Amino acid sequence: MNKLQERATDLLKGGTVKLIIGFEQGNNKIRPFFCEKPEDAEKLIYSDDCSTNNAVYLTKKELIGDNKIAIIATYKEIASIIQLNKENQIKKENLMVLTVDKDGDVTELTSFEEMEKFCEENTPAPDPVVAALIEKIDKMNREERWAYWKSELDKCIRCYACRAACPLCYCNRCISEVNCPQWLDPWKSTLSNIEWQINRVMHMSGRCTGCGACAKACPLDLPIGILTKKMSTDIKEMLGEGEGGNVLSTFNPNDKENFIH
Amino acid sequence: MEKYIIKTEQIDAWLKRIIESVPRVLAPVSSGTKTEFRRIKSPEEVNNKSLTTTVSAKAAAFPPVETLFKYQKDGKDTTLTEDSFDKYPETVLWHARSCDAMGFSPLSAIFDWDYKDNIYDERRNKLTIVTFACNQSDECCFCTSVGGGPGNVEGSDIQLTMLNATDTLVEVMTEKGQKLVALLPDIFQPLSEEVDKEAVLAKIPVQFTKEEIKEHVSNAFDSPVWKRQSARCLGCGACAFVCPTCACFDIQEDAHGNHGRRLRCWDACGFSLFTQHTSGYNPRPTQATRWRQRILHKFSYMPERLGVYGCTGCGRCSRACPVDMNLQEHLISIANSNHE
Repeated sequence: MNKLQERATDLLKGGTVKLIIGFEQGNNKIRPFFCEKPEDAEKLIYSDDCSTNNAVYLTKKELIGDNKIAIIATYKEIASIIQLNKENQIKKENLMVLTVDKDGDVTELTSFEEMEKFCEENTPAPDPVVAALIEKIDKMNREERWAYWKSELDKCIRCYACRAACPLCYCNRCISEVNCPQWLDPWKSTLSNIEWQINRVMHMSGRCTGCGACAKACPLDLPIGILTKKMSTDIKEMLGEGEGGNVLSTFNPNDKENFIH
Repeated sequence: MEKYIIKTEQIDAWLKRIIESVPRVLAPVSSGTKTEFRRIKSPEEVNNKSLTTTVSAKAAAFPPVETLFKYQKDGKDTTLTEDSFDKYPETVLWHARSCDAMGFSPLSAIFDWDYKDNIYDERRNKLTIVTFACNQSDECCFCTSVGGGPGNVEGSDIQLTMLNATDTLVEVMTEKGQKLVALLPDIFQPLSEEVDKEAVLAKIPVQFTKEEIKEHVSNAFDSPVWKRQSARCLGCGACAFVCPTCACFDIQEDAHGNHGRRLRCWDACGFSLFTQHTSGYNPRPTQATRWRQRILHKFSYMPERLGVYGCTGCGRCSRACPVDMNLQEHLISIANSNHE
């Protein structure tokens, strides 16, 4: 057993945690794994190919209940946990955050300061494919852009995998499910597919950590991850880092716009 | 059944004739990293190497959204207008797979179970299915475990099997198929000697039988297996929307003041909203209960009530799932265990 598996065995055996959310080898890909028994700990793996963002499970009450749990976290999970905490969605006393370094050593991040520091030191390099696509679209004029998104989002089948895979899409009642008033047509059509993505991206503005889980989850491989990515870049440029939360939940009494008063 | 041999290089000339003669031809077309059934205007658009499309062929008879009727209120009078069936075009589904063709049988069983669904039936009747037998497969394919196979002809009007570099076997199963052959009859040579079709088909090992799964799941309603298997399921609708046999739909209203449309749209039992009552009560409150419904519907309720299973082993759900909820793996585990 490696150090991660040993640590997991100890945590489960000693009853420190009831559940460890980590990764296991699936069918030709690494997938999320819910480890509840010490004898299953040897299935836990950790590598650069752990690509899902397992922080998505932290807001699922039916899975974690009120139990103390551990999560094997990569940069993605940690960035999401920090944001979830800002939004009061995390019970820190019930959550143990474990990271694995390149030597296989397991470290517990016990405070949000440590998590912030981890993220600063381990920020992944920007994905060149994503950057190139954003650049390509930035160079398009309005008509070309409209044609591009119309053609891409026309393919969307409204399975909401993008919503389901996102750790920050945790609303009990999504805007797409509200029918009084009906904000969005809930059926597949080019325009309402576009509206759905616009809504998703607006709700993510200043919150999205750029993990790309939405794009990875899309069964049709639609370039929806660049929407949230571009939005977060724009928000940072226009409004700064957003110290006190995010752009949708903060306001300044001295705002030059008067609708806030 | 009639059998012919056609020179493989002549297939495109035949397809061209079909495109000229039939109002709508749907075939696998690649765009970016994905291949989907799209309307084609020329044989060059077809991706002949595609194993399966991401989304199944069911949309040809059961579109993601369709109008059931339109309404117009005028004072105290309300006029309902149904779409004319003439609007549904005669369609050839080209380069489908055996698992696509097989999928229409469970769909028809559902739509004609009690009330005969004219809209579905009309679209289905106008559909001619040309399948290409599979000479390759991937790790998600398990058609042979649910009664199908890479060269299964059930549901096909015509099946083509590439025998070698030059010759293709043509099996014509129905009158609809004969009509397509009649569009360019000279290129079809009657089969002079038996050919070994099996030899060129993909080898897909049988992992379990569907009857075995039915037996296991029919008594497993309270089994812990559902919670265990569904733990990582995210509750999206990807598996249901790509599935050739998932037929659940939602009725929606596209209302604009005094006129509007009533619509039928794809829905998915994996969504928590699927069974949510107006009161707030939800009889399937967890993902485990929704996953159980998915499996029981396909492997217990459908065979019991409709005499047909709701799975063709195409593997689309497994390919589409963001968290590797691999159906074949889960079914093998069900077949091999004793669920109390």
